[in-house]
Amino acid sequence: MEKITRSVVKKDHAPKISGHSVYVADYPAEGVLCGKLLHANIARAKVLRVETPELPEGYFYVDAKDVPGDNNVNIVLDDTPVYCRGTVEYIGEPIAMLCGPDEAVVTRLRDACKVEYEELEPALDLRKATETFFDYRFGHGDVDKAFSEADRVYDEEFETGYQEQAYLETQGMMAEPEENGRMFVHGSSQCVYYIHGAVMRALGCGPDGVRVLQDVTGGGFGGKEDFPSILGCQVAVAARKCGKAVRCVLDRREDMEYTSKRHPSLCRYKVAVRDGKVTAMDIDVTLNAGAYSTLSAVVLQRGIIAAPGVYNVPNLRVHGRALKTNTAPCGAFRGFGAPQTFFAVEMMMDHIARDLGVEPLSFKEAHLVRQGDFTSTCGRYHFPVPLPAMIDKIDKACDYRKKRAEYAKPQTGRYRRGIGMSLCFHGAGFTGSGERDLIKAVAKLRKYRDGTVEILASNGDIGQGVRTTFPKIVAHELNLPLDKVYYQHPDTARVPDSGPTVASRSLMVVGELLRRAAIRLREQWADGEEQEVEERFKEPDFIIPFHIDKFEGDAYPTYAWAVNAIELEIDTYTGVAKALGAYGAFDVGTPVDYNVVMGQMEGGFLQGIGYASMEQMNYDDKGRIRNNSFSDYLIPTAKDVPNLYCTLHVEKYPDGPYGAKGAGELPLVGAPGAYLSAVEQALDGVALHHVPFTAEDTLSVMTKEAV
Amino acid sequence: MDGIRFTLNGTEVTYGGNATDRLLDVLRDSYHCTSVKCGCKEGECGACAALIDGVLYNSCCVALGAVSGASVVTMEGFRETERFTALEKAFGEFSAVQCGFCIPGMTLAAEALLSKNPHPTEEEIREGLSGNLCRCTGYNAIVNAVANAAREGDGLW
Repeated sequence: MEKITRSVVKKDHAPKISGHSVYVADYPAEGVLCGKLLHANIARAKVLRVETPELPEGYFYVDAKDVPGDNNVNIVLDDTPVYCRGTVEYIGEPIAMLCGPDEAVVTRLRDACKVEYEELEPALDLRKATETFFDYRFGHGDVDKAFSEADRVYDEEFETGYQEQAYLETQGMMAEPEENGRMFVHGSSQCVYYIHGAVMRALGCGPDGVRVLQDVTGGGFGGKEDFPSILGCQVAVAARKCGKAVRCVLDRREDMEYTSKRHPSLCRYKVAVRDGKVTAMDIDVTLNAGAYSTLSAVVLQRGIIAAPGVYNVPNLRVHGRALKTNTAPCGAFRGFGAPQTFFAVEMMMDHIARDLGVEPLSFKEAHLVRQGDFTSTCGRYHFPVPLPAMIDKIDKACDYRKKRAEYAKPQTGRYRRGIGMSLCFHGAGFTGSGERDLIKAVAKLRKYRDGTVEILASNGDIGQGVRTTFPKIVAHELNLPLDKVYYQHPDTARVPDSGPTVASRSLMVVGELLRRAAIRLREQWADGEEQEVEERFKEPDFIIPFHIDKFEGDAYPTYAWAVNAIELEIDTYTGVAKALGAYGAFDVGTPVDYNVVMGQMEGGFLQGIGYASMEQMNYDDKGRIRNNSFSDYLIPTAKDVPNLYCTLHVEKYPDGPYGAKGAGELPLVGAPGAYLSAVEQALDGVALHHVPFTAEDTLSVMTKEAV
Repeated sequence: MDGIRFTLNGTEVTYGGNATDRLLDVLRDSYHCTSVKCGCKEGECGACAALIDGVLYNSCCVALGAVSGASVVTMEGFRETERFTALEKAFGEFSAVQCGFCIPGMTLAAEALLSKNPHPTEEEIREGLSGNLCRCTGYNAIVNAVANAAREGDGLW
């Protein structure tokens, strides 16, 4: 094991376990007003008027009229309002915020507000939705010719549901007007500079008029990428009006029902096969974006780029759309569009293989991409593709091929078993030229006279460990003990913009900037002096420039790879599937701290199994999400997958620190395909097309198919 | 009536509010025990877990009247004990703490388990922690840490 990989006790371990860490809800309430949002309860309507109760002294009603700047939240586009702009577009849309010193009184006042609506017809069914936020097409080769020459053609549709991030700490932001007129905004978040830009715009002020700090954050998983910008604008506007600090922490039901989650999807795959080989794919991907566009453009881009999976498809046509419905806007969640398409392509390959009478794994192996091959966007896989070695590793860990053959034999008892495997990648870092053109990351090291070194960057620790791994890199290069290097939660008043905490980019991209900065600092090191070193992102030379208008070039510099197998046993009386084992081999390059990386792999893998099996969320015919609590939306407990085995394969990336690649998202992506493939096998080879696949689904399939 | 008396982290306190007030809110707001986290306020997640006479409860589902005369322990008290030191060390070695929000409650769940069953099997650990949700870790590191604490802290429980 390389020295950098050896685990250390995490820097934030002691304050977190002892309960000393201060999350946004933990600041004392003295002098802070409590904010509660008044949410729309109709999916689409004109708001005619809001009748507010008489407000006691010190209590405030804040809405769009109070926004001093622009009532639009700057995300990718700017269609999301800070406060409702006259019509509401989904159940939960914030109309106003009630603020005051006593939470119980604020809640009572909020609940006493009467909103008069003129109802409009909402768009709720994704299949019938007509308003398109984003529409992309790309491809290569001659798809029509391949289909005309095919000896078999397959056409199937796959569906995935919502997934709620379910971070244990709900969304919460706080804004405090400072004496110098600056607005200090802080809270649970991933991207301080996103919030900074959004609040500047809402308050109509310059960059010095806003300061944003990340508080200790109780999990993000993407859910705190865009939403804190919205909530941050809302509390900042409220604090400006009230002239006092305002804090708004969502309760669990508000958070689950109204904040962003993974996009539900419909993926239609038409596949041409000739002489036992896939010759073309014609893929149509539709995402349910919800009422505002938020991050849907980039989620869709990642999803469609991954649509042909880890396979060589000589002729490819991809069409992707993100459609508007009158439901809560969907946003970022670990995997960012790729779990949906990887699920579809893995099931499609399974189904084709079985129809051809070939074992799915062998069929997939015959189509695997290799180093030097074209990507879906005519970029290149510049580095070795380690999937064959990783398949072997998983086969050894769980006896995959033997079990697969054994469970394929007819099963007739109450309990029936299945095992499935999926293969996937995750493109590391921002899609396309985002790092070069949009983010332009800057990171700094500041050395103090006493020889301690502070890392100045904007990436937040949301549990993934950057407060530990960043200092490990810098300490390693400077030959310093780890306690001499530290990294605090980012504060825009102190740190440069090294980009958001998203896209599995922090360690790979910003970690490498810090490594290079540390080498320069080492070269210039002068005892007893204060010194500062800055590094800026530079795109690696090997990159084939990406053109988003044509979807052409290297969408990602490199890829992290995963092989997942899931073995389960279905109780045919109850439909309940018991996970006998979940096995994952992951290549995220060199782990900069073994435990930290394994924690990401195990945690992400289990989230993916939850997505595949139990995490069911949907809305009713009014557009209201019914699964808004941990009683109605189940996430895995310590008992659900006791045998969760992860192992690492290391294929170094030369432009990541010590060979590290993006890690955070990869482990979730492949789980649904492996899970459903195992369910199919246990259910006598029936072809299935959706996740989550619950016990109820199993019973309904068994009844229908007389399994 | 002169208030509700109970012991909080070893100190006798008298609460002047209502018997129907929620223990979670009282611990956080009146006694500044902010290690007790609010994850759902409906008894599903375990982030607000506290020990009442040594038994693990979700404090969001406990009315203050119910702790009259009882001993309530939160992380603010438990962190002063040798048992905490053993658990803290084990959790650290396995990097079992990620976002940290579930962790004070999770650690108290481990304490409740080990004080009943000092040498649990892996299955018993998973059962003992199954009322506390963690969305970050996948639980392996936490389960290993508790097993290790039980081994290394032999005699403490």
